[in-house]
Amino acid sequence: MNISKLSFKTSSLAALSVGALLLGGCSDNDHTSPAPITPPAVTPTMQDYTISVTNLTANQPMSPIAVVTHAADSLLWTSGESASLALETLAESGDASGLTDETGITELVSGAGILMPGASEEISLSLDSTSIADLSVVTMLVNTNDAFAGFTGYDLSSLAVDESMVFRVITYDAGTEANSEAKGTIPGPADGGEGFNATRDDSNKVHAHPGVISSDDGLSDSILDASHRFDNPTLLIKISRTE
Amino acid sequence: MKLNQVTKLLILSSVISLPASAAELEISITNLTHGNHFTPLLIAAHDADSHLFQVGEMATSALQKMAEGGDIGDLDAAVMGANGVTVTNPAGGLLAPSAKVDSIMLDTGDMTHLSITAMVLPTNDAFVGLDAWKIPTEAGTYTFTLNAYDAGTEANDEIINGGGMSGAPGIPAAPGGDGGMNATGVMDMSSNDKVHIHPGVLGDTDLQGGMSDLDSRVHRWLNPVARVTVTVK
Repeated sequence: MNISKLSFKTSSLAALSVGALLLGGCSDNDHTSPAPITPPAVTPTMQDYTISVTNLTANQPMSPIAVVTHAADSLLWTSGESASLALETLAESGDASGLTDETGITELVSGAGILMPGASEEISLSLDSTSIADLSVVTMLVNTNDAFAGFTGYDLSSLAVDESMVFRVITYDAGTEANSEAKGTIPGPADGGEGFNATRDDSNKVHAHPGVISSDDGLSDSILDASHRFDNPTLLIKISRTE
Repeated sequence: MKLNQVTKLLILSSVISLPASAAELEISITNLTHGNHFTPLLIAAHDADSHLFQVGEMATSALQKMAEGGDIGDLDAAVMGANGVTVTNPAGGLLAPSAKVDSIMLDTGDMTHLSITAMVLPTNDAFVGLDAWKIPTEAGTYTFTLNAYDAGTEANDEIINGGGMSGAPGIPAAPGGDGGMNATGVMDMSSNDKVHIHPGVLGDTDLQGGMSDLDSRVHRWLNPVARVTVTVK
């Protein structure tokens, strides 16, 4: 069982009845006693985060890592539901730029470039303390038809200064393109084929990726070989709050 | 935030006095697989000493029935016999790939741990499982994922022949109507007869023959195979 407790919410009843107290208790200082209630700071300050990502796969370069902040109800995807056009585009071509057009998205910070297998990268994120949002990190496994890895909807407000959170994420299938593995259908270096295609010829529901088969394992017209196979997790992500 | 959490707890307990263990749970389960169905689910709240299954241990005959044929009756009876509480078949049948069953309500009473099982079809004896998750006493929403296990009771020959009774070789059915026929069978060389993480299915691309009646393009999976959300009220 992989526990990833993405969100914690006190019951709304409790939150309502103790709202005023919680405001005092939610200052950024870990060590003040909760007894003296100080009013919340009114001057916005910057909160700084470092997002460190490592590509755990054998031979699946990843498209430039997309670090996205968004409203809590604006998840980038939900398992069992259809992918947005922006997510489809990312999962099929590696182009994350369309995510900024989605409702509730506040910021998109992209990695420097392709993240090669075994490589790590640190991406900085600085947010106004008054606009702390949910965080998502997502990228395409480029030697696939429409596989992507990441998480969506981590509540940044749950992270205090000098705290960090580690995710070992799984790979999803956008469900928007059949996993044919056929020559000409995969944009990564294994093929150099097509990226985005508006046709949706798979289940049209985001789900956990079943993995690639490869020609070495019996899919005769696959352009992929055994090195392109992957298992979960595929990406290590560490979020550290530094300020 | 550690102190803040403690503070919230203190405040919470002063506002609402909760019984020591009774919890009202609202549960949702999503089938994350590409092309596998789950048979009727069993969700059980039980005490700290009970298990539906344990990795590294031999499957009980009740677990074997579930894993090889999807029959949760004996597991359910075992939980009830130990004064546990269950929800059976919340999806009203099979849970299809990418399907979600939600709003499952479970009053745990005195029970402290939660377990979930269902057979993964089409397979010989794979099941999705949660083994004795300690139910948090802190109200909130908890999300986690589940892996697929091999009951270790039947060779994974990948032949669809209707065999769903305990001890009968073969796979009962491919509910998606996407299985093959006439497979010669995969030679399962595993000698692990304990419950273990399932190695996944092999499959092939020959629906009229070949080694496997499973389709490698449809029926393979990587763990995890299910996502569970539990809201502790």
